[in-house]
Amino acid sequence: MADLVNLTINGRAIQTPAGTLVIDAAKKAGIEIPAFCYYEGYSLQAACRMCLVEVEKMPKLQAACTLPAGEGMVVRTESEPVVKTRKSMLEFLLANHPLDCPVCDKGGECELQDMSFRYGVGESRFTEMKHHVDEKQWSPVVFYDGPRCILCYRCVRVCNEGMGVSALGVINRGEQSLITPNFEDHLECDECGMCIDICPVGALTSGTYRYRTRPWEMKHTGTICAFCSDGCKTTLGTRGHEIIRGNNRDRSGINGEFLCMKGRYAFDFIEHPERLTSPLMKVNGKLEPVSWAKALEAVARKFTEVKTRGGRFGIAASTKTTNEENYYLQKFARQGLGTNNIDHHRSGDVVALIDALNGRADALATMQDVYTMTASLVIASDLAQEHPLIAFQLRANNRHHQSNTYTVTKGPVREDKYAAASIRCEEGGELEAVAGLREQLSKEKELLVIFGGAIKGEAVGKLVAFGDSLGIPVKYICLVDYSNSRGAMDMGLLPDLGPGYEPVDQPGMTLPGMMAASDLDVLWVVGSNPLARYELASPGAFVVVQEMFLTETAARADIVLPASAAYEKAGTLTNVTGECQKLHAAGRTMGAKPDLEILGLIAREMGLNLGIWSSSNVFEEIRKSVRGYNIPLPIIATGQAAQTNPVKGGVPLRPRPDLIQPAGNTLFTSGSLGRYSKKLTSVIEYPGQLYRP
Amino acid sequence: MLFNDPSPLEVKILTRRLGLPNSASIETNLANGGYKSFEKALEMTQDQIIQEVKDSNLRGRGGAGFPTGMKWGFVPRQSPKPKYIVVNADESEPGTCKDRVLIENDPHLLIEGCLIAAQAVGAKAGYIYVRGEYRYLIGILDKAIGEAYARGYLGKNILGRGVDFDLYTHTGAGAYECGEESALLESLEGKRGQPRIRPPFPAVAGLYQCPTVLNNVETYCAVPSIIEMGGKAWAALGIPKAGGTKLTCLTGHVNRTGVYELPLGFPVEKMINEVGGGIRGGKKMKAFIPGGSSCPVLTGEEAWPLTMDYDSMAKAGTMLGSGGVIIMDEDTDMVKAALRIMHFYAHESCGWCIPCREGTAWLKKLLTRLNEGVGTAKDVDLVGDLADNMLGKTFCPLGDAAALPTASIVRKFRHEFEAKLARAQAAVPGMANNPFAIV
Amino acid sequence: MTFSPELEAKLEKLMNSYPPGRKKSALIPMLMFTQDEVGSITQELVEEVARRIGIPTVQVDEVVTYYSMLHRKPMGKHHIQVCTNISCLLWNGDELYEHAREKLGIGHKEVTADGMFSLEEVECMGACSWAPAIQVNYDFHHHVTKEKLDQIIDSLRKLR
Ligand SMILES: Cc1cc2nc3c(=O)[nH]c(=O)nc-3n(C[C@H](O)[C@H](O)[C@H](O)COP(=O)(O)O)c2cc1C
Ligand code: SF4
Ligand code: SF4
Ligand code: SF4
Ligand code: SF4
Ligand code: FES
Ligand code: FES
Repeated sequence: MADLVNLTINGRAIQTPAGTLVIDAAKKAGIEIPAFCYYEGYSLQAACRMCLVEVEKMPKLQAACTLPAGEGMVVRTESEPVVKTRKSMLEFLLANHPLDCPVCDKGGECELQDMSFRYGVGESRFTEMKHHVDEKQWSPVVFYDGPRCILCYRCVRVCNEGMGVSALGVINRGEQSLITPNFEDHLECDECGMCIDICPVGALTSGTYRYRTRPWEMKHTGTICAFCSDGCKTTLGTRGHEIIRGNNRDRSGINGEFLCMKGRYAFDFIEHPERLTSPLMKVNGKLEPVSWAKALEAVARKFTEVKTRGGRFGIAASTKTTNEENYYLQKFARQGLGTNNIDHHRSGDVVALIDALNGRADALATMQDVYTMTASLVIASDLAQEHPLIAFQLRANNRHHQSNTYTVTKGPVREDKYAAASIRCEEGGELEAVAGLREQLSKEKELLVIFGGAIKGEAVGKLVAFGDSLGIPVKYICLVDYSNSRGAMDMGLLPDLGPGYEPVDQPGMTLPGMMAASDLDVLWVVGSNPLARYELASPGAFVVVQEMFLTETAARADIVLPASAAYEKAGTLTNVTGECQKLHAAGRTMGAKPDLEILGLIAREMGLNLGIWSSSNVFEEIRKSVRGYNIPLPIIATGQAAQTNPVKGGVPLRPRPDLIQPAGNTLFTSGSLGRYSKKLTSVIEYPGQLYRP
Repeated sequence: MLFNDPSPLEVKILTRRLGLPNSASIETNLANGGYKSFEKALEMTQDQIIQEVKDSNLRGRGGAGFPTGMKWGFVPRQSPKPKYIVVNADESEPGTCKDRVLIENDPHLLIEGCLIAAQAVGAKAGYIYVRGEYRYLIGILDKAIGEAYARGYLGKNILGRGVDFDLYTHTGAGAYECGEESALLESLEGKRGQPRIRPPFPAVAGLYQCPTVLNNVETYCAVPSIIEMGGKAWAALGIPKAGGTKLTCLTGHVNRTGVYELPLGFPVEKMINEVGGGIRGGKKMKAFIPGGSSCPVLTGEEAWPLTMDYDSMAKAGTMLGSGGVIIMDEDTDMVKAALRIMHFYAHESCGWCIPCREGTAWLKKLLTRLNEGVGTAKDVDLVGDLADNMLGKTFCPLGDAAALPTASIVRKFRHEFEAKLARAQAAVPGMANNPFAIV
Repeated sequence: MTFSPELEAKLEKLMNSYPPGRKKSALIPMLMFTQDEVGSITQELVEEVARRIGIPTVQVDEVVTYYSMLHRKPMGKHHIQVCTNISCLLWNGDELYEHAREKLGIGHKEVTADGMFSLEEVECMGACSWAPAIQVNYDFHHHVTKEKLDQIIDSLRKLR
């Protein structure tokens, strides 16, 4: 425990750990000291001078953002000299600031505007010429308006320290100072938009939101990112049914303020012109729009017919649909259709890890562990590309707690920059390389092992055995690729394991098995695109596809049912670290339906009784029946993340490492879905090397 | 080379070898007592060296006047980190041109001072940060450093005494702010010359975050004579609270401008009239700046009775500063002077903090306008107000340096601003109301 | 990019002046020394220096634009810098600067058409006691009168 010191702020006695900055001590006591440059979690600047306060026995006003609280300190934050100083700082800032709030993107959310209202500047005494510089576009997402910039350096720090990209800098000096992109007139960077988000004024803006609306005209919906498995919370701003912006300003999720390019900007896939809005049915070899009633009836008729004659079903499930949809789908398959032929695209060997841990429930790491554990070993993953949030948390851990990171990867990765050791090795050589780190690793207090899809099958067991042999507490993260890859496993979208990794009596066909089978009667594809990777061997298979777009698979379908996107429905997702979080509908696409509803309607049409298909009902069933999912409802309901833990004793099965196929998504791709985000494609088409390790 | 004749009133301690033939060479230096103090220091403990410097009452000659012995005492000598010596040869305070004289004419004196400082704190390496404009001094210093290596005064196992010390020159590239110690360190680390948050001070976390002694050229140059004479005797050259001598740069409207070594406590009157040969053209002194353009300006009447030392100047509301004395005669246009001074600070503001970045730029525009006679009495008030709003609120002292002279000029010479406005308005009626008449 | 052998030797010595892992310290001297040879900080030079020191070019840009003696555009063969700061102003440094402008027919930071001269109004250069002062490239001239300035310029012109 740090020593406590006693100080007085505005006459209130406050006790705080020694070393706390006065600005934070005040904040905890509910006393706000205005600040532009101070930003929790990033290096101190003391540049804006907004936080100057009076401290007894100190000759000058002191910057509360760099002044550690001291015993007996008497601080005043609202005394006359302080208030006057604040006003004068604002006056200085506004001197050269263009007064274009009515057209500025930040209007309504601008910290400078707020402060001017609150601390009152009155009429400007500045009557000289203001210098004007045109706004510049630096990249597909970043625009910079120099005159609006107050040089708080938040953007520079978030890019350097937070992102590890260091794409922004400061050029010139004095009044001529400006923020600069890394390539003179343009940016080559992660395009994460963190700099835009953190900018207190409208100096950095994004192409997405620009001039389209004002903050107060939007409705804000907190939901979960539809792309990778890290599970960032993103708050979508909508006007009508249109999503206009994504951010997480209220830091309400496991990601704090973090979002990568996909979570922040790639929501535009939902309004892609090729979005399916009507069921399609093959008529004379061509897909034609039909009514929902007609399509559902046709699907139900076919399913019933094949089921009654004991035909073969193959079900390709999704890595993006909700836990409820997944659970309902496997129930549909197993109880409704009587088949275990259900599988999905597996990108990490979670099953092998659950097996290897053999009941050790405390060995699955959480997202918080990434930020707090004193050492991490990253194997076979370029985290900054594939798991931006994990990479961000790891950097923050290193910055705030000086944690050690070790990397064992094929190519250079961003973590190398601060890693205690970095080893390059070919795929397959990872375990050997890791063994070489034994001496260093065993000196650590604890270790977090983060491994990619290249570590699969028996290798997972060996890795866990290595961890055990270190003699320190070790936790693991088995990386998977998509927003609900983990939930797909947990909910039993596997031919040999049901929900909670319970073995089934008669294992069904795997995904490649179904595709290769020559006698499949029905291929039912829910939110996935297997034809992008496999041939369908059964020429006569009746193909039913629930999809948002006419993917390769949907194009081959007999019936296509337009599905809602993650941002248009309710339900829960489980992220890579087993945190279960709730989706909230932000937008809506007329004509499309959530997959759960589609499943329910098909079941009803078939006369099956699989239970009510509302997501809350199905979630209740999951909580009761799926191992590790008996999570507190209030946590989920209030939009927080609830930790699931499906660990059990060994999982009896033959290892099938061949089924683990990491998607190899980059920062700007996300399987089939990414192709339908114009923002993502514009970034991909942008010349220059955007991502750099 | 010396650019002005010495004065018989000088007390030549630091400058005693100046003017000797080939004074920059190690031969001349050694033949005239050079490196003897370092050899003496080798026989002393670190505490003894620091004590002598404390006894000497030497205060930093870079402008801030911080007691040097005390500063050296702050260095955590037991720290496992390497310690560094850094010489501030950025000399860019307007009115100041003394460090240049010392380096050009007796570079070995500086090297010897660094060696003693290194000995006092256990430093093994040092850097001389020379302002970019003083490129020719780098040549002189590098040559002297080479000589010192050759004679075994630098490098490994110095004089066979098991002491190591390497000394390097490092050029700046044109930035007044790099004279500020923490900005200098940033610059020395290859970055923009922007100051650091202090504390920690350089003594604790300086170059590469290691304990660092950072002093002005003249400060280091004073050290050999302190060790030679003993701190107390050196102190006695000056007055009780300000020890020793100070290089004083007489600039502006005196007959014999130049750099002179004068004991602290030297009377202003004697300095101007006897050392400087009086005000040029027998005019009256209108204004006086004791130590570089960052000091508050005194009127002639205020300045005449003072003495050149820290307390006397503080009592008069200004500072001894860097030793750059600026003398302005009765014909000087104080509005123009205020503008030129602000022009400098606006040019040199590093841009880090709001009040200095915006304040200097605004004041420069405002003063440009007032200098043209455009404006009203309210604008003159505004000058004072803005300077006030900067004062004590900026991130580093450059903001104060800009505000102090400005505020004092407006206060003491307000009538000149008003007269200028009145004159211009008489010539072009209506001008006052059009701030954009001149941009 | 390669430099003259003398400069390469100088740069090598420079790089060895700083402790291991502190190569970035060499940045500003390296820019100054190479600028002297190349004539200005070209984009190619920025990239070369960044490469030698092992930092992203944006960090070089940050520094180049900060320091007043580093310039992206070439200056004249003889870069005439006239101080007009306070001590020089008191000795009519401003008039000297005006005179230089007229004489050379160029303004602040401009270059004559033949590339021989460039002019810059500069801040205090540490010659205040011998005001007014100018620097031609790195050479100081003290107590400069208009006549003396003419002589300096004329003799430089003859020098070619
Ligand atoms: C804006 C600014 C410019 C400065 N310029 C110089 C300078 O050119 N030379 C110098 O020695 N000190 C300068 N200083 C003072 C230094 O910060 C520092 O106090 C000094 O170098 C310490 O050495 P000393 O104690 O020997 O004086 C400057 C300070 C400020 C705030
Ligand atoms: S968008 Fe680019 S510049 Fe901005 S923080 Fe992200 S990586 Fe850095
Ligand atoms: S662009 Fe925004 S965040 Fe960056 S320095 Fe300017 S005001 Fe601050
Ligand atoms: S890190 Fe993953 S979950 Fe977070 S915003 Fe990016 S793609 Fe979405
Ligand atoms: S006062 Fe502020 S802007 Fe001015 S030089 Fe210091 S840090 Fe830079
Ligand atoms: S918040 Fe303290 S100076 Fe900016
Ligand atoms: S004022 Fe001109 S050199 Fe100092």
